[in-house]
Amino acid sequence: MTALRKLTPHAVLALGAIVMLFPFYWMVLTSIRSPAEVFDVSFWPIPKSFDAVENYSQAAGQVPMARFMLNGVIVCLGILVMQVLTAVPAAYALAKLRFPGRRLLLSLVIAALCVPIQALALPLFVGLAKADLLNTYFAMMAPFFLSVFAIFLFHQSFRSYPNEIIEAARLDGFSELEICWRLVLRGSLPSLAAFTVFSLVAHWNDLYWPMIVVSDTNLAPPPLGMLFFADVETGANYGALMAGATLITAPMLVCFLLVRRHFIAGITMTGVK
Amino acid sequence: MTAVPTNMTLPVKPGVASSNSRDRRMMRNGLMFSAPAVFLLLAIYILPMLLLAVFSVTDYQLGALSIRFIGLENFIKAFHDAVFLRALSNTVLYAALVIPFGVFLALGVALLVHGTKRSRAFWEVAYFLPVTATLVAMATVWQFLLHPSLGPVNAAIKWLGFEPVSFLSNPSLLIPTMALIGIWQVLGFNMVLFLAGLTAISKDLYEAARLDGAKSSLDRFLTVTWPMLGPTTMFVIVTTSISAFKVFETVAVLTKGRSGSETLLFALYLEGFEYSNTGYAAALTLIFLAIVLVLSIGQTLHLDRKVHY
Repeated sequence: MTALRKLTPHAVLALGAIVMLFPFYWMVLTSIRSPAEVFDVSFWPIPKSFDAVENYSQAAGQVPMARFMLNGVIVCLGILVMQVLTAVPAAYALAKLRFPGRRLLLSLVIAALCVPIQALALPLFVGLAKADLLNTYFAMMAPFFLSVFAIFLFHQSFRSYPNEIIEAARLDGFSELEICWRLVLRGSLPSLAAFTVFSLVAHWNDLYWPMIVVSDTNLAPPPLGMLFFADVETGANYGALMAGATLITAPMLVCFLLVRRHFIAGITMTGVK
Repeated sequence: MTAVPTNMTLPVKPGVASSNSRDRRMMRNGLMFSAPAVFLLLAIYILPMLLLAVFSVTDYQLGALSIRFIGLENFIKAFHDAVFLRALSNTVLYAALVIPFGVFLALGVALLVHGTKRSRAFWEVAYFLPVTATLVAMATVWQFLLHPSLGPVNAAIKWLGFEPVSFLSNPSLLIPTMALIGIWQVLGFNMVLFLAGLTAISKDLYEAARLDGAKSSLDRFLTVTWPMLGPTTMFVIVTTSISAFKVFETVAVLTKGRSGSETLLFALYLEGFEYSNTGYAAALTLIFLAIVLVLSIGQTLHLDRKVHY
């Protein structure tokens, strides 16, 4: 009886986990199978003929998969660097300096937290179109240069930094920039790590904005590239398609498995996805 | 600028002068440090919001030479537009499926995972994996999984002796199928939020409930767990509904809005960026924003009190 009570939760969880993980299993399995085996549906994990090389090289050859990944890296890193550069000083000013308009700025930041990018997309698109900036890396990154969420998060975290240390550092001749970046930010490294994960995952996976401002295949980040690829394929070659899907999901999944704690903290810190 | 010389010419009262100049320096630093953020806030949020409001009362079309004020006509048109109304009702149906299943299945999983000890990390990874995966790629995988003849799901259904289900061609099944994928994706996210809520409940409360006669685990759930999880549940419901109203990727991959399966954001995307009906799309955006705002004000109030880890 007690053994049963102990085992039942595990059995239920295992059943659910199979459903959750099955798409990943099928994706990887199909990506290493030969087309013939794709057609006679079999759940057996070891393919009869191992076609991984063919499928992956087809995924990389038919569409510029490496290019998509590179674009993703450029866009994600560009956004992250700008977000940190703009949010950290603002958060420090809001948390530790007195200046006119401080309360107004804080209220605006909190109000802006409620506004999703999809609501701003239209005027931003018109502006970028008028400036002839569509189909550029800049257009893909610009709306995200400011993360109000980062300001909010760092503000919360910086507030608890002891004022005595800041005062002492000022007396020792530290400049305000040094205090902000070298002392206060160092005290908030867990927040920085969580925000990094949050930002990278959000922008690596984003489809909506790139789909609006980019039509050039050479600039497409992974999700948009995947969409192009799926349209080109129209379901004829599932092996290559699944190889492409595997390549695109792999970086985030590998990072997740490596730094699980930071990842879960980073993604669930907010519902703003 | 004058602060420093003043300080030097008044050596008699150094305390007052230096605190004054320090205040000024702090003020200047504060303004300087927040300037980039203020500029971007204006350029990315405030100006676009104003433009959006202006567009919504005009017949502006991107590239058109003339622009005319038409008052609330766009909004009136929206509520007589069959496509928009269908998109709205599709989105509501999607949300009505994703919210209860996405929230309460996640609660169930969290309760079970919370009870395990050594295997907890494994279950967390297994259920959280879909959250990290690129939804566009995974939607493509789902499309293949649900394929009428090549997909393993229908193979299993046939093996069990049932008729194959045409998940992605039967129009009345399109939204439920997308909701299924939505639930699959959001479950792990909500589970982690519930786990955080469960960990925060003090063991003493369970002990007290047990002494008060809450014998069965169901009693303990109803007297302790459920009321203590109240704020977490509220938060989870709000975030799930916001993300449900933003559903876009699955539509873009699986149906592209065919057979009347467009959702709010997809209809908005078509009007604004494919057909360039900027004015009309602006009105639709404001309607979308109003829905999201009502949902997210609750969320932000919560966020303001405590950031969720």
